[in-house]
Amino acid sequence: MMPDLGKYADAVLSSYAVSIVLIVALVAVSVMRARKVRAQLDDVENRSRKNG
Amino acid sequence: MASFWEYANPKKFIQTTDKLLPWLSVLAALTLVVGLIWGFFFTPDDFRQGSTVKIIYLHVPSALMAINAWLMMLVASLVWIVRRHHVSALAARAAAPVGAVMTVIALATGAIWGQPMWGTWWAWDPRLTSFLILFLFYLGYMALWAAIENDDTAADLTAVLCLVGSVFALLSRYAVNFWNQGLHQGASLSLDKEKNVADVFYFPLLFCIAGFVLLFIALVFLRTQTEIRARRMRALLARERLG
Amino acid sequence: MKALLLRDIRLAVRAGGGFGLGLAFFLIVVVLVPFGVGPDSGLLARIAPGILWLGALLSCLLSLDRIFALDWEDGSLDLLATAPLPMEALVSIKSLAHWLTTGVPLVLASPLFALLLSLPSQGYAPLLMSLALGTPALSVIGTFGAALTVGLKRGGLLLSLLVLPLYVPTLIFGAEVARRGAMGLDFTVPLAMLAGITFGAIALLPFASAAVLRVNLR
Repeated sequence: MMPDLGKYADAVLSSYAVSIVLIVALVAVSVMRARKVRAQLDDVENRSRKNG
Repeated sequence: MASFWEYANPKKFIQTTDKLLPWLSVLAALTLVVGLIWGFFFTPDDFRQGSTVKIIYLHVPSALMAINAWLMMLVASLVWIVRRHHVSALAARAAAPVGAVMTVIALATGAIWGQPMWGTWWAWDPRLTSFLILFLFYLGYMALWAAIENDDTAADLTAVLCLVGSVFALLSRYAVNFWNQGLHQGASLSLDKEKNVADVFYFPLLFCIAGFVLLFIALVFLRTQTEIRARRMRALLARERLG
Repeated sequence: MKALLLRDIRLAVRAGGGFGLGLAFFLIVVVLVPFGVGPDSGLLARIAPGILWLGALLSCLLSLDRIFALDWEDGSLDLLATAPLPMEALVSIKSLAHWLTTGVPLVLASPLFALLLSLPSQGYAPLLMSLALGTPALSVIGTFGAALTVGLKRGGLLLSLLVLPLYVPTLIFGAEVARRGAMGLDFTVPLAMLAGITFGAIALLPFASAAVLRVNLR
């Protein structure tokens, strides 16, 4: 399964790990913030509709 | 034929991107996974670089996107200055962190590759140095957005900063070239077939680049939506407080 | 215009701002460097051009937030904005005043500080030339940064983050002139580039600064 990376295995694996972690973190932060802001906006909009 | 500027309407933008986003995300994930798995498992080692050649599938696309994200911000800032569409300013704001992360990925993978290949994590090579400077520009841009409370003021100021910054980033690029001769190899991709990397590396690389582009577009759509909503929420809250 | 220039200079001198503080900061940087890298005069001579340029740049940065801050606080900036003087001219005068109160003293003091760092004798003329040509660019670029952050309460740190990347090309060419000069090499190419950057910045950046200032005064 695993390809033979030879003596550079550390370099290749760590660069993949770093990049994937960074990308996943970026996506996760974006999605979470999107959800949060969406929920908050719904909340505020409902309130303003009720009151006004 | 609907005009392109219709999408400058925040509602229309959210509607359209809401429809597009699931497709885009799936497509982006698919191309990225295919490209990276192809690159990681099914490409041969380079006869000089050994297995480190596999880092190219992350390094080149992220470096490309780091520059393209800034270009997109420049265009969006110009659109904001000329036509004053809020979506455009918010899209520029949404793209900046994505571009900054791409810059970090390019720098990190470059450093990890440079350690065994050049024997050093970091060298003050023109390309490396200009990328570090680009990263500083991203930081300044994001910090300015974060520092100003009024949305329109922030949009105006960051747009001008983006314009001026682009000029100076370009100047720095040439200044740095003049200042030190590089270790970095020339472009990995070019239209000139002779200079291109070999086909075995080329096709998975194309997949990865497409994946990064799609990922960037999806992220910018999502984050722009978020910015639009956050802006609307601030407006509603302000109205609430007033009356 | 002249009145404004004189007023700015007088304010800077009296408020203990640019003049003394910038120079003192420059001196401290120059004094601290040998403590950091050791007293070997050969090494000091080699890095002297770079240190002098960095010191000049940093002490220039230090006084940037004063360009607009005082006028912003007491409201005279609003008055100046409504005056018949175009905003671009106002911004240019502000940069000129900043250069006269910080840039010129730095240039004049630099040979003295170069002595402390044992700069080779052939390096003095290029150093002076590069600083004299480069510091106006530092002031003009700095004015842009100051205009960007004028309304912010704690803009100082942000100002440095915004301005320092913009200083990169000026620093590279300026320090290159001084370095090549100190080693006795030909330095006309970087000198021409430095002049290009300075004059380009003087010609174009006031428009950006004025636009930004208008936004901030809105």
